[in-house]
Amino acid sequence: MTTTEPGFDPISDYDIFAASYILDPFPVMDTIRESDCPVAHTERWGGSWMPTRYADVVAVAQEHETFTSQQILVTAPPAAQAEGPYAAVAAPPISSDPPEHHWHRRLILPFFAPQAVAKFEDGTRELCNRLIDGFIDRGEADAAADYAQQIPVRVIATMLGVPTDLSDTFTGWVRGVLEAGLTDPKIRLESRNNILGFFKREIDDRRANPREDDLITTLLASEVDGERVPEEYVIGVCNLMLVAGVDTTWSSIGASLWHLAQHPEHRRQLRDDPELWPSAIEELLRAYAPVTMARIVAHDTEFQGCPMQAGDRVLMSFPAANRDPRQFERPDEVILDREHNRHVAFGAGIHRCAGSNLARLELRVALQTFLARIPEFELVDPSSVTWAGGQVRGPRQCQVRF
Amino acid sequence: MTLGERWTKGTSMRVRVDADACHGHQSCAIAAPEVFGADDYGNAVVLIEGDIPTELEAKVRRAEGNCPERAITIEG
Repeated sequence: MTTTEPGFDPISDYDIFAASYILDPFPVMDTIRESDCPVAHTERWGGSWMPTRYADVVAVAQEHETFTSQQILVTAPPAAQAEGPYAAVAAPPISSDPPEHHWHRRLILPFFAPQAVAKFEDGTRELCNRLIDGFIDRGEADAAADYAQQIPVRVIATMLGVPTDLSDTFTGWVRGVLEAGLTDPKIRLESRNNILGFFKREIDDRRANPREDDLITTLLASEVDGERVPEEYVIGVCNLMLVAGVDTTWSSIGASLWHLAQHPEHRRQLRDDPELWPSAIEELLRAYAPVTMARIVAHDTEFQGCPMQAGDRVLMSFPAANRDPRQFERPDEVILDREHNRHVAFGAGIHRCAGSNLARLELRVALQTFLARIPEFELVDPSSVTWAGGQVRGPRQCQVRF
Repeated sequence: MTLGERWTKGTSMRVRVDADACHGHQSCAIAAPEVFGADDYGNAVVLIEGDIPTELEAKVRRAEGNCPERAITIEG
């Protein structure tokens, strides 16, 4: 058994916020997965179960009646979230269970279909080129902070019809929910209230000044069973699009650049054979899946021999599932032309990431543009790369020279 | 089908998507864009009615092997 820190037993005491786990969670996941207890448990951070085998993670994702979406982050919400003006606002459809989930999701899916997100490709490429213009003459840049972090927030702001010059503010709020806020209830609540307050004001503005071809205006006018959708739904959807669309995609872009910085042979392969891109994107998503989601057990149950009680939290570690050798040959290797890749970086089942087509587009355009402008680059110092983890894993500082 | 019939008639591969199992990953359309597309909600649709042209069969197999929901069935 590998323990990564003193007093840290992966199977009975894992700590998703341990510095060693955030830096490199895979040894812990592997230890759990190959043990006789592949569903680990911890009392830390409010307690949780963590399946690590692909089949088990997919089962949790698909059995939505047992594993509900009452809470979806890896730690419980602050108690004070149940009070105040936004107590009724969640993050539909990711926070919804059937039957409401069905319409919560159906209303937003058309915005994210492949044919609908294609219109963001040119703008994303221009944005990527502009960012590169800002640092290419320096011969060095932070691929995470100067590049990856700057892209999805602007794409999502454009999609939502809100000012892109507030990007840094949005990024701060999202990190407040998905990073610092996971272990600090005060930051999480403040960030959430900032996001919801912002969208409440945007919604008030759209009611007063409806816009053509505008996502928020369209959502406000949409009806289900002959009735206008409630305002909490629209605020909640905007909340989800911002929170789920920023940290995740940026982490994926950053982790892929971190990988490519260390693998000149992969950069060469992509340059020599552009037809590799579609499978390469899927492979990078598999190997560096950023997201771990959570579920709440609906009723006492036994899952893979584990006695789970109603209210227990179950972590769905998509990174762990995507490295299971039962499902993927040579799972720790990045194989850009991997033939069969049923990866679950975007989850599975009814809550499969609604924004996946947009995320893929951003990842592809960000990597293609970077490689076209900067064909050769390397990490300045591998040990200086910092990572975020817990809910969303990706590099936060990743200095490269070229 | 005998080997001889395959030779003369082709393999007659057909493919279908289980609409209840599909959750719109679009992995099939990435692997075989000539064969799979998306409806207005991003869920998979099969673009080719009837037999899959022989030259696309390998792509269809790849699409099947990339579906996280195992929603694709190949017949023939």
